[in-house]
Amino acid sequence: MKMNKTLSFLAWGTVALLGAFAVGVVALRRGEPINALWLVVAATCCYALGYRFYSKFIATKILALDAKRATPAERLENGRDFLVTNKWVVFGHHFAAIAGPGPLVGPVLAAQFGYLPGTLWILAGAVFAGCVQDFVILLFSVRRDGKSLTEMAKEETGRIGGFVAYAAVIIILVILLAVVALVVVNALKSSPWGTFTIAMTIPIALLMGIYLRRIRPGKVLEASVLGFILVMLAIWGGQWVSQNSSMASVFTLSASALAILIIIYGFAASALPVWLLLAPRDYLSTFVKLGTISLLAIGILLLRPTLHMPALTRFIDGTGPVFAGKLFPFAFITIACGAVSGFHSLISSGTTPKLIARETQTRMVGYGAMLAESAVAVMAIIAASVLQPGVYFAINSPAGIVGQAPAAAAATISSWGFPVTAADMQALAHAVGEQTLFNRTGGAPAFAVGMANIFSHSLGGQAVMAIWYHFAIMFEALFILTVLDAGTRVARFMIQDALAHVYPPLGRTSWYPSILATSGLVVASWGYFLWQGVKDPLGGINLLWPLFGIANQLLATVALCVATTIIVKMHRIKYALVTLAPLSALVAITFTASWHKLLDPDPRIGFLAQARALAGGPATSATARIIFNNRLDAGVTAVLVVMVSLVVIESVRVWVGVLTGKREARIKETPFVATRLVMEEQ
Amino acid sequence: MIMMRQLIAAARIFLAVLHEVFDEASYARFLQHAQIASSREAYAAFWRERAQSHGRKQRCC
Repeated sequence: MKMNKTLSFLAWGTVALLGAFAVGVVALRRGEPINALWLVVAATCCYALGYRFYSKFIATKILALDAKRATPAERLENGRDFLVTNKWVVFGHHFAAIAGPGPLVGPVLAAQFGYLPGTLWILAGAVFAGCVQDFVILLFSVRRDGKSLTEMAKEETGRIGGFVAYAAVIIILVILLAVVALVVVNALKSSPWGTFTIAMTIPIALLMGIYLRRIRPGKVLEASVLGFILVMLAIWGGQWVSQNSSMASVFTLSASALAILIIIYGFAASALPVWLLLAPRDYLSTFVKLGTISLLAIGILLLRPTLHMPALTRFIDGTGPVFAGKLFPFAFITIACGAVSGFHSLISSGTTPKLIARETQTRMVGYGAMLAESAVAVMAIIAASVLQPGVYFAINSPAGIVGQAPAAAAATISSWGFPVTAADMQALAHAVGEQTLFNRTGGAPAFAVGMANIFSHSLGGQAVMAIWYHFAIMFEALFILTVLDAGTRVARFMIQDALAHVYPPLGRTSWYPSILATSGLVVASWGYFLWQGVKDPLGGINLLWPLFGIANQLLATVALCVATTIIVKMHRIKYALVTLAPLSALVAITFTASWHKLLDPDPRIGFLAQARALAGGPATSATARIIFNNRLDAGVTAVLVVMVSLVVIESVRVWVGVLTGKREARIKETPFVATRLVMEEQ
Repeated sequence: MIMMRQLIAAARIFLAVLHEVFDEASYARFLQHAQIASSREAYAAFWRERAQSHGRKQRCC
């Protein structure tokens, strides 16, 4: 026994020392490139320590997980929503739901500050904030019969909390869908190969839907393999399309045309039966997602690439071309998924709590799955940082900043100290089968080039780089379009639920007038923001990604307010810092970022400053529209901040009331019922 | 031998994860619950029943 303890102490001591050394190398090495393996070692050690010690501390000292307490999956089992499920199966289910394009795109954009800030935020943010949020919200939902965040907020912090959580979810969904659609538009504009491949995924998904319904009912894995083979054929066919002048002209589309097509697609996916388009696309996307993430991890471990991006760039001062704003707070809102994402609290209080067999499993599912997503974000940082910095900035800088002509753009980027030539970029574009890689903002093309670089060095060589690039673009776009159609549908249901209070038939999810009206409303809302991004002279990402980051982190603020309130009511006040510390950090980050976006005098940062600058400059046909859009974005930011401030104030009132004894510390947990399940290995 | 057994157990769990993630397991449960065999009609009924809950399935960014 004593021997085991000594061995364990030595093993974990070694992990801690190795982790500290790797983080030291990542953080302190300057002036020479480092190997990506240092990031992998630092991340692995931090995650292992965080899971072994911090999550265990939370599980035992604060949450007091009880393996003998029956979960809703057991008590309310109905074979459908509530179901006792193997813990690994729940883990896979939960990970597939939380890992979307966010952990890939955010870190790529934040790499403009260098690889260091993003990496440190991903590691610390995940271990101390993101994983904690996902874990505690999951457990609290399990103890409340699988209730949603909105319901828990209403019960524990008051009606304002419930209303704000509901409104914040709708606003976040609208902005999220707009920004991810913009990422797809920027990845596919003037790219006949990419556009053809993604266009083909729609008939492939329809074919899968019909195959599942008519030919082999329920054989989803089989249909997904078939769909994957067809998608690979579509990628191969895309090369032919791009080389055939008449076909290439059909699939070479402008950003505006792509935006219109995506808006039409979003409406159709929301209004069509789920089995026909949405579900098969979801299966196909999950299939590709799980395979590609594993492949990327193996590629990084095998190739051990060198990071060419410096640890810190000059753009920490806020003058970056990818998005404007200083390191603090903008790095922290640019990377949400991968560090801490409010959206996860919806998944942790959605389907997952209804599948958990034992309370003790919430640690592995809630904390563990978020660590896995954080690892995906580290891989994205590596993929962006293996690029030469000049290439990274050439791809991610909008024409409005570096100029439209390749030579002018290359000269501007080189003048920043990141040498690149128009000939280099032309050669790279040719290698990946594109006409140009300049001004491909949004993060997806840079990630795809980095991923193709890693894959082509380990599998197939330079000859297949174009195939890998378009595989990566297809993978991201497939991800994003799945988020787009699932998100549109979820928002539609939420609006129908609310409208049912006004006119009951509007709440019927099978009544077509209601389906069409609410789908139209949701699609028009995100479509408006998408259009605004497409028409933005600075590429749109500078405008929309910070807005999305602020909204997402504000939702995390609401989730952590609910969690802290419950911990205070549980009389675990001495441990409340576990949620209070990340809550305070998020309040500081999001409120500072919101202040900058609202009131910063720099027109590249502040919405109102840009509106003023435009109003004072020469008027063009688009000026009035851009001024209105900036004021609208300022209004959305202000509304979000005011709403979340109300939740924070309401929560603090509850905490003070409970601590001073003026308010009863009554939590709305389901009473204890002993489990009837046979005890198994936890 | 022990390692082989562990590998088989891991493969089984991996397959179970795939069946659950891809809704094959829930279809099997539906068939068992309704005591019917798999068919076009059964699959259509399965989707009718879960259309609402699947429509609410969240996918994070």
